Amino acid sequence: MASILAVDDSASMRQMVVFTLRGAGYDVTEAADGEQALNLAKSRKFNLVLTDINMPKMDGIELTRRLRALPAYKFVPIITLTTESATDKKMEGKAAGATGWIVKPFNPNQLIATIKKVIG
Amino acid sequence: MDDMMSQFLEVFFEESFEGLDVMETALLELDSGDADLETINTIFRAAHSIKGGSATFGLGEVSEFTHLVETLLDEMRDGSRPVTAEAVNLLLQSVDCLREMLNASRDGGEPDRQRIEQLGRELHMLRDGDGGDGAGIPREEGETTAGEGEGCGWRIQFRPHANLFQTGNDPVRILRELADLGEMEVTADLSALPEFALMDPESSYCAWQITLRGPASREQIGEIFAWVEDDCDLGIEPLAAEVDEPEAAGVDQEGVEAEKSPPAIESPTDTEPAGSGTTPAAKPATRRARAGGEASSIRVGIDKVDDIINLVGELVITQSMLGQVGDRLEEGEEADSLLEKLFAGLAQLERNTRELQESVMRIRMLPISFVFNRFPRMVHDLSNKLGKQVELILSGDKTELDKTVMEKIGDPLVHLVRNAIDHGIEMPEERERAGKSPVGRVELNAYHKGGNIIIEISDDGKGLDAGKLLAKAWEKGLLPEGETLPDEKAYELIFHPGFSTAEEVSDVSGRGVGMDVVRKNINSLGGAVEIESQPGKGTRLTIRLPLTLSILDGQLVRVGEQTYVLPLTAIIESLEIDRRNVKAISGQMELYRLRDEFIPIIRLYELFGIEPDNTRLDEGLLVIVEGDGQHLGLLVDDLMAQQQVVIKSLEVNFKKVEGFSGATILGDGTVALILDISGLIKLARARAASMPGEAA
Repeated sequence: MASILAVDDSASMRQMVVFTLRGAGYDVTEAADGEQALNLAKSRKFNLVLTDINMPKMDGIELTRRLRALPAYKFVPIITLTTESATDKKMEGKAAGATGWIVKPFNPNQLIATIKKVIG
Repeated sequence: MDDMMSQFLEVFFEESFEGLDVMETALLELDSGDADLETINTIFRAAHSIKGGSATFGLGEVSEFTHLVETLLDEMRDGSRPVTAEAVNLLLQSVDCLREMLNASRDGGEPDRQRIEQLGRELHMLRDGDGGDGAGIPREEGETTAGEGEGCGWRIQFRPHANLFQTGNDPVRILRELADLGEMEVTADLSALPEFALMDPESSYCAWQITLRGPASREQIGEIFAWVEDDCDLGIEPLAAEVDEPEAAGVDQEGVEAEKSPPAIESPTDTEPAGSGTTPAAKPATRRARAGGEASSIRVGIDKVDDIINLVGELVITQSMLGQVGDRLEEGEEADSLLEKLFAGLAQLERNTRELQESVMRIRMLPISFVFNRFPRMVHDLSNKLGKQVELILSGDKTELDKTVMEKIGDPLVHLVRNAIDHGIEMPEERERAGKSPVGRVELNAYHKGGNIIIEISDDGKGLDAGKLLAKAWEKGLLPEGETLPDEKAYELIFHPGFSTAEEVSDVSGRGVGMDVVRKNINSLGGAVEIESQPGKGTRLTIRLPLTLSILDGQLVRVGEQTYVLPLTAIIESLEIDRRNVKAISGQMELYRLRDEFIPIIRLYELFGIEPDNTRLDEGLLVIVEGDGQHLGLLVDDLMAQQQVVIKSLEVNFKKVEGFSGATILGDGTVALILDISGLIKLARARAASMPGEAA
């Protein structure tokens, strides 16, 4: 079972994402900000990281940059959650090493479809 | 909306309201001029979360509105827009508006569209610096126009850059996705592949030539490559039309377009008839009563939960200890030696139970800051509106009280603070003339005292004018013309129904909710309110409330074979009756003279129709109680223990009974009714009225 690290400071978004992905059979771990996520990522390896951009403590861009710097996460897909207005954020995420992005708002089916594409 | 989504809505609302509170507090900080980047960031993040969540959960209107707010904040954040008082005020109004919109969505009501549009325009105007062409809220731009005459397929050149893998992308995934769009032929171009020895396994060397046949649109293909656009050389060309039928392909393609048209956003404004924009602004948002009234969720600190788990653990230990005692008794062991263990176990059980009770009660306790937090904003707005300068001082905001009490005390407090600013604090010039600082002070203080929480609202305004109050009372016929009262009693007049001292009804205070309602609300919570005032110095209101509504310190009293519970807070004193002090008026009504005050006597056995020990006044006891601001003497046979009782609702378990506020179960398993003083007063009055007095 593929493992996913879902990072978002908003509890409702996180619950939605986690519920959806668990429903689709993924093993999901949640984190409320970049710092927490980074620590979790160091403690075990995830097959995919799904992160929000705007978060307190450490934002999604910085998290991506730090993860890519870890040998274990060199090729792991990292997907950012961004809003349609933030085109520059998509690019900033890419520049930091993100694999791609999912545009908010998305519904559970879109989310699962995207994740499936990336890690099957 | 998906059912799956709706289950997260409640969390979303809760979190969004918290976010709005955060925004409000931070905006007020900005207002006072100490705008640091972190504060703006905090506001931005809160707005951003609300926007993202509302779009995801199908609240398009909220999301669009928040988008405007967020844009403005973003500009403040990157320094391209100064933080002006005007902008902050507009943002504060937007916070209110969002709160209303979210409330409306949650309760199925209608938000005030005119206000939303108006604010939307103002936000636009502020952002663009011009008239903003009157557009309310912008719609997202339409989807890209239909692709150019593509017919039956595409030829795609895909040459990833060497670093493609470093972003976690995989060309195989992309090819797989393309294959889903139609019939695909792929040729790998390995010409760039170096010798094995020179090959870097982390780099990408392959390229692909892809021929895709099918009705796929350019956007669909573009979407598949969107993540890697900058990490590859990509060429997408339509295949030259072959023998295939272009008509059918066109139709098909439309179908595809429709399918991918915008997702979750479903703006209510779109579906409204055009006329709805003219709904009168004054019409308040209609709200469906939330199921279960105030029985919403509660956030509990993890430490409180841990405490309880810990205590339950101890309870289990105690239980097993007592269980062992039982087992050994059964095995016929000497009872004497076990007795000690049994008592020890029971003592431990008692301690566990008490601690568990306290811990569980603590769950319902929240710091009063939940109520206090709304005041800085209110005072800010109100003093601006009235042209007064007011400093608000909050203290004791960590004081905890029961959530239910808190929910019910909020509105009365708002009213009292409003009153203090509207009627208490003078205009700056007037204050200076009186030799006071032009800035008035309003203080809110909360603390625990005994089993009560005390909330004080004081101001350093002009105080109450006893003369004016009396004149008003005469005018309204509340007091016989010319009769005077000591000052403290005169101040109490403001709690009288239909009494308002504002010379003109302002839109601040005169909302039809008077001080009488405030006092009634406080009384209904089992609390009391007192007023002190000094002319020229200010006014202080002291509210006393029980910490919780579910446990009551009670005095058990006996009438015949029945036991009743009196709230301890209502009892003033108990005494043996001296017949000489009893005066009977108009036959039925008896008064007891206590230190120059005549107190009506209620014979409980009569009222409830039960058989007492005796009917002679001087053989019973008189319990003097206070309710609704008046004193009452209750005749009982005996006073029994004082104890804490758990209140069980009569309405829920049986039905509402006048004169009783609830019931409880005593240690021996019998049910005792809890007396409601104001209810008793009503009952006694009704009784007196229905029984024509006989001459004594």
